[in-house]
Amino acid sequence: MAEFHLNFEKPIIELERKIDDLKSINAAGNTDLSQEIRKLEDKHKKLIEKTYSNLSRWQRVQLARHPRRPYSLDYITRISPDFFELHGDRNFADDKSIVTGIGSIDGMQVVWIGQQKGKNTKDNLYRNFGMSKPEGYRKALRVMELSEKYNRPIICLIDTPGAYPGIGAEERGQAEAIARNLLRMSSIKVPILIIIIGEGASGGALGIGVGDKLIMLENTWFSVISPEGCASILWRDASKAELAADAMKVTAQDLYEMGICDRIIKEPLGGAHRNNDKMAEILKNIIIEELNRLLTFNTSELLDRRLKKYEKIGVWEE
Amino acid sequence: MVAWFKREKQKLFTTRKKSIPDGLWEKCPGCDKILYKRELAKIHWVCHKCQHHFRIKPQEYLELLIDDGKYEEFNAHLKSSDPLKFKASKKYVDQLKTAKAKTGYNDVLRTVKGKINGRDAVVAIMDFSFIGGSMGSVVGEKLARSIDYAMEQSLPLITITASGGARMQEGIYSLMQMAKTSAKLSRYSQSGGVHISILTDPTTGGVTASYAMLGDFILAEPGALIGFAGPRVIKQTIGEDLPEGFQSAEFLLEKGFVDHIVPRKDLKKTITRLIEFANA
Ligand SMILES: [Zn+2]
Repeated sequence: MAEFHLNFEKPIIELERKIDDLKSINAAGNTDLSQEIRKLEDKHKKLIEKTYSNLSRWQRVQLARHPRRPYSLDYITRISPDFFELHGDRNFADDKSIVTGIGSIDGMQVVWIGQQKGKNTKDNLYRNFGMSKPEGYRKALRVMELSEKYNRPIICLIDTPGAYPGIGAEERGQAEAIARNLLRMSSIKVPILIIIIGEGASGGALGIGVGDKLIMLENTWFSVISPEGCASILWRDASKAELAADAMKVTAQDLYEMGICDRIIKEPLGGAHRNNDKMAEILKNIIIEELNRLLTFNTSELLDRRLKKYEKIGVWEE
Repeated sequence: MVAWFKREKQKLFTTRKKSIPDGLWEKCPGCDKILYKRELAKIHWVCHKCQHHFRIKPQEYLELLIDDGKYEEFNAHLKSSDPLKFKASKKYVDQLKTAKAKTGYNDVLRTVKGKINGRDAVVAIMDFSFIGGSMGSVVGEKLARSIDYAMEQSLPLITITASGGARMQEGIYSLMQMAKTSAKLSRYSQSGGVHISILTDPTTGGVTASYAMLGDFILAEPGALIGFAGPRVIKQTIGEDLPEGFQSAEFLLEKGFVDHIVPRKDLKKTITRLIEFANA
């Protein structure tokens, strides 16, 4: 895969190259550069800390879209090595932008629902860039209903630039599929953990995004429309996306302050894309912790709490 | 639930809001015929020549559906408090002000209780001319309270939608109104509640993808634009023109997403028939 770096990451990458160069010279054994190397490594660490401790909203949106960021299957296969995929909505097709299946986490049986982007162009075409169609939402619901039948908790990983806006998707009822999921997910009788791992765009994300807890990774966004979409409508200029991200307040930190996101998961220093294994390990521990807590509620407590969670969302004046 | 008790006793029918734009004549977008507005208003804004359904306001639907125009309106005082202090090329607070001045109401949705051919019902109607009928916190909360009230009183719920979708100016709060209203409808439906959804021109985005598509019965007005993604966005994505009649009420009927297309003049009797069937 071709290397990809965000603009604000470039000084860090340059420093990394320098360190690598020095290391290979050092390894050749003619000159001792270990002191130089240590100095640069120290500088590198400080630069990362400085860069990532003060990210703008727009930078976080970019990180959420980083092509080397772990996607759903990167987490699922690491956390549930016995993952077994279940395909198809039993009506029309198997939507490759949503992966669904069963797996265990340290012996606990769970259902995984995850929006999946591609790692390269070919893969992205196969996954439709993570943009789901009605059959994807219906597949997710079918598998969630299995989960309910067998009393297994559900984990939804959200990562989508939006539901697919195409002719076929409209013909097959994109709106109905999403609406049905909102209705059913609000009353499915098993715990549902919602985790935003990258992009959470609009109804396309919410269509598998109703549950007992909304958890967001540190460098993710979730809003009513993408910053570009908002900019092109309200500024009539998609290049104003950075302003739109600020105006809509789209980051995990924003949503946490609004009381909509319940928990933010800190990513490894420099972002999840720098250490997929570490990120998956962190996520696994949090999933176990959260599920164990949710499993202490009986069904009616669980559903009451879920309804109350959504009931109170909104700001108005009486 | 709380604020239903603070309901306003005002308006057990007031004067008719001015909804006819200035000028005596209106050109029909369906057949180009020049129509006399006074006549149009008498036949609920449907062109007598081509049956084009003009967009109308909540007030006109109330007059069309509610016996003797007598209804009790709830929560009309709720208004947006601009939670994000949102500003794009315009300030959201200014947009709200303009919309209020234009429509005479605080937000998109009007929620009332009234009789439809003798049977009590809760009716929630959107006004597209208020910031594109967009759903923000106020729409979500007013609808949520209407559903609670309908559930408590065992009344049928009639929703009439006209919306461009969720209100971007309220960011994530507006997206979450989709989940909030759907969760309320889920509980209402499980308790036996009856929901009749009437889709009017246009119903798109987050409103279609939540409560509008969750009726036990889904009716649409002839020719209404109904969809999830807007036609412009789809056109951009696929890079070609859209087929004739795409996302029209007739298209949705053909694809299996509405029960019936009902002309405005038959709306009241159709709703009555459905309520009678549901014994609500
Ligand atoms: Zn006409």
